[in-house]
Amino acid sequence: MTFSRLPLAGLCALLLAAQVQAADGQKLLTQGGANPAAMACAGCHGADGMGMAAAGFPRLAGLSAGYLAKQIGDFRSGTRANPIMQPIAAALSDDEINAVSRTLAALPAPAYPRTGRAEKAEGSGARLALRGAWERNIPECVSCHGPGGLGVGDTFPPLAGQSAQYLSAQLNAWRQGTRKNDPADLMGHVARALSDAEVTAVSDYFASLNPQGAAQ
Amino acid sequence: MKILMPALLALAIVAPVQAAKIAMEDQSQMQPVPAAAAAASVFQPPQEQDLPADAFGQLVQDGRAIFVDTRNQAAEYVGNGMNCTNCHLDQGRKADSAPLWGAYPMYPAYRKKNNRVNSYAERIQGCFQFSMNGKAPAVDSHVINALTAYSYWLATGAPTGKALPGRLYPVVAEPKGGYDLARGEQIYAAQCAVCHGDNGQGQKSGNDYVLPPLWGKDSYNWGAGMHRINTAAGFIKHNMPLGKGGSLSDEEAWHVAAFMNSHERPQDPRLIDGSVEKTRDKYHANDGVNLYGQMVNGVMLGQGIK
Repeated sequence: MTFSRLPLAGLCALLLAAQVQAADGQKLLTQGGANPAAMACAGCHGADGMGMAAAGFPRLAGLSAGYLAKQIGDFRSGTRANPIMQPIAAALSDDEINAVSRTLAALPAPAYPRTGRAEKAEGSGARLALRGAWERNIPECVSCHGPGGLGVGDTFPPLAGQSAQYLSAQLNAWRQGTRKNDPADLMGHVARALSDAEVTAVSDYFASLNPQGAAQ
Repeated sequence: MKILMPALLALAIVAPVQAAKIAMEDQSQMQPVPAAAAAASVFQPPQEQDLPADAFGQLVQDGRAIFVDTRNQAAEYVGNGMNCTNCHLDQGRKADSAPLWGAYPMYPAYRKKNNRVNSYAERIQGCFQFSMNGKAPAVDSHVINALTAYSYWLATGAPTGKALPGRLYPVVAEPKGGYDLARGEQIYAAQCAVCHGDNGQGQKSGNDYVLPPLWGKDSYNWGAGMHRINTAAGFIKHNMPLGKGGSLSDEEAWHVAAFMNSHERPQDPRLIDGSVEKTRDKYHANDGVNLYGQMVNGVMLGQGIK
């Protein structure tokens, strides 16, 4: 008996090791991580990764993998404070973070019009997005987040396709200092220069952008 | 016949190589003016919502659109990844960022160096040939007309021929010990690379450059004013990082400007006989602080890059 158990235990250990080394992003998304505290993303962000607007859970589908992995790491370290995401991030291994970030990045996301600085800007939100408020050193949102707020690289996430609840919560987190994970305070200093009304207006502006081909 | 043939051949060879005419040949530095911060009051351009809804208002809007989205709106004249507003922030409105309201009332301008008078249209042509590394739109083209109308409108109420505070990039004193490329590289990595990339390549969304390239084939060429380290230091000190102007010290601005401008970029279109040395001696030797035709790390800069 003892002879047959040992190879079995060895085999189990090998299988476990193999599983840990190749974390399954799709499984993380729909079923969660190896640690039960690492709940499935889909529970709050949806199986399609499009988030739940009313609850302020953001869209993750199609965001850059580098950005997503950094955010999870920042939840873990606390530079981006969030009571729901902190314990989940802490329960994920580095491998799992990378795997789930790649899976989320590869999910299909709607396309939005590439509205840039050349377009007309009517209303406070559109003006902040497309013109900025340079008398207070607030650049146009699109000057870093790209035309249409589509996002640029691993540093500047998409704003289009996020809910007003999520966007305003983030701007307020920067104003209150509970989110301070941006490079060189680039976003923090902008958020602190905004009024309450401007936070609402610019969040509404990006949340109201309609995907290309969608009914108006 | 024997004498004539080589001469004809030489002509035939020279003709196609002859660069496009450069109206704004003198790109040298302008006389400094006080920074906006040092002035009692700063000129305020009019507001967009006050534009009249007529043909004039439309032309101004066309000019504004070209200014902020030059690569798409004036594509045939742009040869790199830049838009006018990359160096003239806030759509050409921001003081200490070479605003259009500060430029427009200063033309036509006489330049002693080449004994020429340049019109405002020729000044904009210069921008396209140097900063945009492209082709000059014709003086009577829609692009020049629209940009001129936009500039004229921004300068509404500005005195003609008077150098207004904030009209250029303010002069920033060179560090006593000179600039330091190694320190510039460190500052670049810490403050600039997040937007402009590890190798100055900028960042794109689709085909659009969102964060502009600072050197290499898609950046401004060796004839652009920004290639001067002193000019770039003034721009950077007062305008970079974006929205956080004034956060670098004078020394840091110089070091990082020198680092940026110690990389290869597209050739100066005024290149004389294919010679970097001749071009340096004529156009760069007495034009502020620049590294065109200088040896850096054992290589002569100014070779150009395509």
